[in-house]
Amino acid sequence: MKEDPGYYDYWPYENRPKIAWPNGARVAFWVAPNIEFYELNPPDNPFRKPWPQPSPALPGYTSRDWGNRVGHTRQMELLDKYSIKGSISLSTALCKHHPEIIELCKERDWEFFSHGIYNTRYTYGMTEEQERDMIKDSMETIYKHTGQKCAGYLAPALSHSENTLDLFAEVGTALFGQDGGFYSCDLFHDDQPTPINLRSGKRFVSIPYSLEMNDTIAYLVQKMTPRGYGQELKENFDRLYIEGQESGTVMCIPTHNYQVSNAHRIKAYEEALEYITGHTDVWVTTGKEIASYFLENYYDNTLVDVAAKKNTL
Amino acid sequence: MTTLDKDYLSYPQRSYGMDHDRYEWSMLTDRKKISWPNGKKIALWVNVNLQFFPLNQKGIPFKAPGGMTKPYPDLRHFSLRDYGNRVGIYRFFKAFDTYNIRPTFAVNTRLAERIPYLTSVLKERGDEIICHGYHMDALHYGGLDIKKENEQVKRSLDRLRKLTEQEIKGWVSPAKSESENTPDLLAAHGITYFCDWVNDEMPYDFNVKNGKLTAMPLSTELEDFFIILNNLHTAGDWADQVEDAFHFLLEETKTQGGRILSLNIHPWVLGQPHRIKYLERVLDFLTGHHEVWSASASDILNFWKSQQD
Repeated sequence: MKEDPGYYDYWPYENRPKIAWPNGARVAFWVAPNIEFYELNPPDNPFRKPWPQPSPALPGYTSRDWGNRVGHTRQMELLDKYSIKGSISLSTALCKHHPEIIELCKERDWEFFSHGIYNTRYTYGMTEEQERDMIKDSMETIYKHTGQKCAGYLAPALSHSENTLDLFAEVGTALFGQDGGFYSCDLFHDDQPTPINLRSGKRFVSIPYSLEMNDTIAYLVQKMTPRGYGQELKENFDRLYIEGQESGTVMCIPTHNYQVSNAHRIKAYEEALEYITGHTDVWVTTGKEIASYFLENYYDNTLVDVAAKKNTL
Repeated sequence: MTTLDKDYLSYPQRSYGMDHDRYEWSMLTDRKKISWPNGKKIALWVNVNLQFFPLNQKGIPFKAPGGMTKPYPDLRHFSLRDYGNRVGIYRFFKAFDTYNIRPTFAVNTRLAERIPYLTSVLKERGDEIICHGYHMDALHYGGLDIKKENEQVKRSLDRLRKLTEQEIKGWVSPAKSESENTPDLLAAHGITYFCDWVNDEMPYDFNVKNGKLTAMPLSTELEDFFIILNNLHTAGDWADQVEDAFHFLLEETKTQGGRILSLNIHPWVLGQPHRIKYLERVLDFLTGHHEVWSASASDILNFWKSQQD
C-alpha cells in the first residue's frame, strides 16, 4: 500500500494559467445521472457487504428499483426541459435488464460512461486480470448497445484498486485508441480538470464530478432537506461562477434517480437547474466534452505549469 | 491478500427484466392511466402504524428501526413508543375526524392483544385494519425457517382477525423486512395485498406460488419516522416535503393519470404535542384540494383493480 496514489502533483489554486471555456463561459456545467442496477442476491465480497440485512434486503433493493421504474423518466423530463444532456454513469448490465431506459437516453444523444457491471460488484479483492476483464466487459457492452466509445469511468460503488485508472485507460486504448478511456470521475481533489499520471503515459484527465453535490451523499449521508440541498447547489454554482471569471471552473451534479426524482425532492432540484442554466456564461455540456476540450486546449500548458511549480517548491 | 472466486465475474441473471421472477419489469410511464372516483386525481392513503416494541427485544437478525437501543431495560424507548398508543393516537383520531380522513391502521397483533380498549376503539371506528406482523421484534428475514415463519404469519393473522372481526386483507411487515418465502406465506393465509416493496408508486401484480398477491408500495422516503427521526429534519420540514410531493404528483396526473400519495405515519412520532400541528397542517392542506380522494388502502386497490382489464 502507498502513502499517496501518485496520480497528480500538488498544484495550488492560485496563479494557474487561465482556462477559457467555449463562448467565454465561466463554468462548464454537467449533470451525471447514475443509472444503476443493484442485485437482489449479489455474491459475497469479503471487503464490503452489499446490503445491511440478510437477502432479500428489501429496503435498499426496492428503493433502487424505484429509481429505474419511476425515477428515471422524471429526471429525464426535467433535463429535457432545461436542455441538459445527461452524462450517464452506467451499471452496464442495465443494457440487458432495462433496454427501454438505454433507448430513451440514446434518443437524446446522452453520453454513456462506465460505472462497472453492477453496483453490487465491488473492485475490492479483484486480481488485476479480473478488474481488466470487468472494465473491458463494461466498455464493450456500452459500445455494443449504444455505439459509443466509452471515454469516462466511475468505479462501481466507488470501489477502487491501485490499478483502476491505469487499467481503464489501457483497456480504452486497446479497444478504441485515443477515442476511448481518457477521463476519470473517481478523484475529488479539484474544481478544475487535472492531468493524471498513468504508467502508460497516456493523455488522461480527471474531471470534477463532486461528491459534495452528489444527491446520495447529500440525502443519505448528510441527511439534508430537499430545499437545503437545492440551496447548496445554487451556492456551489454561485462561487464557481464568480471564480470562473478568472479561470474556467467545472460544476457537476451527480444524481441518482432513486434519490433526486422523489416527488418531495424533485422540485428543489428543478429550481437549482433553472437557476444555473438561467445564467449567461455557463457551458451546459457533458463529461466527455469537458475532458476533450481540456485535453485539446489546456492539457499541455497545464503539465508545463504543474512541472514549473513543482520545481520551485 | 484475499482473492475473489472467478464466479465473482459471472452474471447468471444478466438478461432482460429483473434479476428474480417475483414481478415483471415495467416503467411507471408505460402503465394504463387510472381515474379515481368522481374525477379525483390523487388518492390519499394515510397508513397509521400501531406498534408494540417489546422491552426484551432479541434483535434477530437486526433491531427494527425504532426499537430498543440501550442495555436492558431500555425504559426510555419502551415508554416513548408506548406514548404513541396511549396519547398520540387519540390526537390522530381527532385530526382525522376534523379533516374527514379515511385512515388505514397497520396493527401489530400483539398490540391488539395487549390493549383491548384501543382495539375496540378501532373496531368501532370501522376503518380498515391491516396486519403489521406479530410485533416489532418478530421480524421476517432471509434464512428464517419456513415452518417457523408460517406459524408466525398464521398466528398474527388468526388472532388479529378474531380480535378485530375484520377480514384483514393487507399486510405490512415489521421494518418492511421479509424472507424469501414471506409473499408466498402471506398469500396462503388470505392476504391479497402487501406494502413492503417500495419500488413503485402504483400497485402491481406480484408472483406467488399459489393464489394472487398485489404489491401496494407504501413510501418509506416520505414517512414521518424516516424524515424526522432518521434524517433529523423538523416536523415542519416533513410537512414541506409532503406539500412539495403533492404539487409534483398533481402535476404528473395531468399527463399520466391518477396517482397515490401514501403517508406512512406513527403516533409516537407525529402524535407528540409539538408535532401534531404539522400533521394537521398537512391534512388541512391536502383536503383543501378538490382533487384529493381520501380512502382506505383496500378501496384504492379495488378501484385500481377494476381498471386493469
